[in-house]
Amino acid sequence: MTTATNTPEDHGFRLSQLIYDTRYRSITIQVIAMLAFMLIAAFLIRNTIINLSALGKDIDFGFLFNRAAYDINQQIIPYTSDDPHWRATLVGLLNTLLIAVLGCILATIIGVIAGVLRLSKNWLTARIMTFYVESFRNIPVLLWILAFMAVLSEALPAPRAFRGEDPAASMWLWDSVAVTNRGTYIPAPVWGDGSLFVIITFLLSLLGIWAFGKYSQRRFETTGQILPNFWIKLAIFFVPSILVYFVMGRPITLSYPELKGFNFGGGLHMRNSMLALWLALSFYTGSFIAEIVRSGILAISKGQTEAAFALGLRPSRTMNLVILPQALRVIIPPLISQYLNLTKNSSLALAVGYMDLRSTLGGTTLNTTGRELECMLLMMLIYLIVSLLISSGMNVYNKSVRLKER
Amino acid sequence: MSNTNSLSYVRKEMLEQQPAPRSQVGFTRWVRENLFSGWFNSILTIVSIFVIYKILAGTLPWLFGGVWDATSLEQCRTILTERFGNTHYACWAVLTERWNQLLYGFYPETQYWRANLAFVLMLASLAPVLFDKVPRKMLYLTMAFPFLLVWLVWGGTIWGVTSVAVGFILGGVAFKLVDRFGSMALSTIAAVAVALIWWLFIGPSVVGGLNAVAPLGHLQEVQSRDLGGFMICVIIGISGIALSLPIGIILALGRQSDLFIVKTICVGFIEFIRGVPLITLLFTASLLLNYFLPPGTTFDLTLRVIIMVTLFSSAYMAEVIRGGLAALPKGQYEAADALGLDYWKAQRLIIMPQALKISIPGIVNTFIGLFKDTTLVMFIGIYDMLGLSNAIRANAAWNGIYWELFIFIGLVFWICCFAMSQYSQWLERKLRTDHR
Amino acid sequence: MKKSVFLGALTLAGLAAGTAMAQDSSTLAAVKERGVLKCGVNPGTPGFAAPDANGKFVGFDVDVCRAVAAAVLGDSEAVEYTPLTSAVRFTALASGEVDMLARNTTWTFSRDVDLKNTFVGVNYYDGQGFMVPKDLGVSSAKELGGATVCIETGTTTELNLADYFRVNNMEYEPVPVESFTEAQTQFLAGACDVYTTDASALAASRASFENPEGYVVLPEIISKEPLGPLVRHGDDNWGDIVRWSLNAMVAAEEYGVTSANAAELANGTENPEINRLLGVEGELGAMLGLDNAWALNILTQVGNYGESFEKNIGENTPVGLARGLNAQWTEGGLIYSPPFR
Repeated sequence: MTTATNTPEDHGFRLSQLIYDTRYRSITIQVIAMLAFMLIAAFLIRNTIINLSALGKDIDFGFLFNRAAYDINQQIIPYTSDDPHWRATLVGLLNTLLIAVLGCILATIIGVIAGVLRLSKNWLTARIMTFYVESFRNIPVLLWILAFMAVLSEALPAPRAFRGEDPAASMWLWDSVAVTNRGTYIPAPVWGDGSLFVIITFLLSLLGIWAFGKYSQRRFETTGQILPNFWIKLAIFFVPSILVYFVMGRPITLSYPELKGFNFGGGLHMRNSMLALWLALSFYTGSFIAEIVRSGILAISKGQTEAAFALGLRPSRTMNLVILPQALRVIIPPLISQYLNLTKNSSLALAVGYMDLRSTLGGTTLNTTGRELECMLLMMLIYLIVSLLISSGMNVYNKSVRLKER
Repeated sequence: MSNTNSLSYVRKEMLEQQPAPRSQVGFTRWVRENLFSGWFNSILTIVSIFVIYKILAGTLPWLFGGVWDATSLEQCRTILTERFGNTHYACWAVLTERWNQLLYGFYPETQYWRANLAFVLMLASLAPVLFDKVPRKMLYLTMAFPFLLVWLVWGGTIWGVTSVAVGFILGGVAFKLVDRFGSMALSTIAAVAVALIWWLFIGPSVVGGLNAVAPLGHLQEVQSRDLGGFMICVIIGISGIALSLPIGIILALGRQSDLFIVKTICVGFIEFIRGVPLITLLFTASLLLNYFLPPGTTFDLTLRVIIMVTLFSSAYMAEVIRGGLAALPKGQYEAADALGLDYWKAQRLIIMPQALKISIPGIVNTFIGLFKDTTLVMFIGIYDMLGLSNAIRANAAWNGIYWELFIFIGLVFWICCFAMSQYSQWLERKLRTDHR
Repeated sequence: MKKSVFLGALTLAGLAAGTAMAQDSSTLAAVKERGVLKCGVNPGTPGFAAPDANGKFVGFDVDVCRAVAAAVLGDSEAVEYTPLTSAVRFTALASGEVDMLARNTTWTFSRDVDLKNTFVGVNYYDGQGFMVPKDLGVSSAKELGGATVCIETGTTTELNLADYFRVNNMEYEPVPVESFTEAQTQFLAGACDVYTTDASALAASRASFENPEGYVVLPEIISKEPLGPLVRHGDDNWGDIVRWSLNAMVAAEEYGVTSANAAELANGTENPEINRLLGVEGELGAMLGLDNAWALNILTQVGNYGESFEKNIGENTPVGLARGLNAQWTEGGLIYSPPFR
């Protein structure tokens, strides 16, 4: 052994070792790879510089501080056409995040329900869910978005139809919800004086629920007594907030939508572009999540359930303490990639005119300033950061539920 | 006493077999067990029946009462009003008139046979890859198919594609010759050099000469912008997935390797591509790719899209193949090492054939995703099926027609994707039993 | 493994087929050598540029492309049309993907100066207007406060709209849509009260409605939209060719030269201006680096400005536009060609 390893050193270093000696070859390969990578990068950058200078253009992000001059209908932060492009970009980004968050929530709900029902003993329900899953995941999401938009704008009544003595359409739920082909108007909360106290109380009671959970857990571990957790938590959730609400003289009121001028005014306006995108993305992604949930549950062997029953656990506790924790471990990783897909698919907002990041920065800003290189690079960077944040955030959660190997 | 003796307390003869209670057999039992086994289940059943009834009652008359023969939406409505008194029925006539556009785009009508032939050849050449039972000789067709596809779809003489193929063959020959000296790196360099010399310096003049002397198999040339509809989706999808396979393999190997720089580059590329939406890459293809290429180079848009789609799917492909590599038992690697094979030989002879085989379901799933995503090309001005549905609606005769087109497009995609996903599930089941 | 290498052939086959050296030092030389003009057009605006049932592009803007092809190559059909969305049009021109743009593009300062284009003229004077359903009871754009407005995203119309409502201190709700057809559908379904775009397009879409009388175009025109063909900066000779191809069509209408009588007039006339135009007298074609019969080719194969107008968007077509501002200067319009001298 010793002689074998010592032999090459006797001859000193030879150039051919860079190719034939496995110890040095990895360095050679890495250097070549690095050089090739840098060459390609340099080639692309050089071309870009030459092409840009031939056109008399430069790379300059200064346009982000110029007046944007266009309006955006859905704004989470205040925005007018006098604001600069970066603010329009931010409004678009927030809209993207909004649809991503709403979509992920609804898709999870739909997916879990469909996945569980697909395993249901009820033959008919299982078949319907199979039909739903197979039809949604085998048809492009873009087609679903367009189809949902077509349903919303063709099948629903225009605000005009609500007008007059004998309107062709009427509002839902005791005149509080107006469903029109311009969007759905729902009652919106109006924060009056003192509503701050209600909100603070509500947040405090959330804290209280968490503290109570800790306490009852500890009590359970020390004494073995189980408190009626659910009912107590429910009481903490509602009672203090409602008490403060009445004590403060009912500061929070609802503003109801009503027909004013051309449109409905008041209330919260959920635009059709958003609804169509939201529903389509949720149902599409939900069909994938249903499959994930189903295979996650199937992956838990039946012996686990039987063992839990043998220990005398009730079905609900079997689900909570035995099945779910194990199934989640199988479900979470593919779920993360579905959330990522949904976020990326939200860039199809363009098809229905939802003003997301792609429609603001990559759409109107790009078109009106003509800065396609800068806009595209910035947009890709933002999407990349959002994706990386989501996946790293979910990975942290994934680590926390992962099987602790000892 | 005797009386009691003769009495028997045990029945001596068997009773006639009774039929099971009505509620425990046949249909009734099935219904009880599967539909009404508890109050919750019963509610579910009733809700389900209600949903099914609502959907069918709403759509069936619309679907089957449709008009198949008309030249415009207007005419459709007239016919429907005459027949039913209202227009709540489908107007399938738009499909009768435009189905060929939806499938072939603006491809010349007299040349449809070429597209059809290419499609059949595609299925035939995929067969040996997808099914074990197909004779291995068919793989030669698989190798020839890319060239046949280019020749059939775009037209021209056969010399152009033959020349490209000859380059590969020469490269392969050079590889074999130099391979005797035992260095993978050297033989690869030799193969690439020979192929490049042929493609860049010798090939073009030979092709020019042959075209002038014997324009063999000359087909009418078709421009890329005349391709469209279902055809462009298949072309982009298939070439994207086929071209991304070699890149994906290299990326997957790079990601697994111990070499820090190589690994960083591969991980960076994969995560970048997977982190951005496909539509931004398509916009890059249509807006920016010209900036990145040497001044004066222009590709046509279809080709730029294929390049971008290839890069896109190669990142996903790399992850699929990485999964395949990870699923291989460690013993395979160790066995290869024990035989004294070097890295490339081990990959080529032991690892890759097995890893690729178990990756096929994943590859098919990637393809399904990519195939569905080809609809996004409508945003950059390529007339795919959805783009054509817009163009058809732009025509005054069909202004305002939605569902008939959507249903047709959806059905085409559904058939393709469902078939592929069934295949991949079948293969997954088969592979699972292989390992047991 | 080996098979996958072979599959890689497709890229290289494609590369070999698709690579083309364009953007020679001179666009004219490149076009002549290629034997075909690459022209960027709108993917679908009825009357201006749209593929017909065979996928062949026709329209008023398309005729400009055909005129240039006739002048340069002597064949108005030697054009390769590239449908371009509004987002990619300038990049496609700048990168040499197309030789010229004839795609209802508004001539603005920043597009001319900042984006390094050369607008060679105006072939249609347009302006942004509003269309509303009649039963809305609106007679002026000033009454549109609070209205919902359908608008195509990423166009100058979007900026004009924002400015107009801001200046007049009115609120509005923009409904961005992705394409012309989508806008029309939304508007007809009542998803917006108002549809705004170039007045020519408004007239065209109103004409295609089931019930045109139910809709009115409001009198206010809120912007100037001179639409014209453009080329990229840096090749003045090519710019001249496109400019004078358009001017030849305009001047021919003024002098009464049509596709029917051009060949006959080319034998020589009393009017020296016509003689110079049709190449009977002088060397105008050679000065452009073209054949002397360049304008004659345009007129016999494409026709003059008025003919093209009437054929594609005139009052007898479904689009049904009146000449209005786009009449000859002698008729009180703005269409005016500098002299051929």
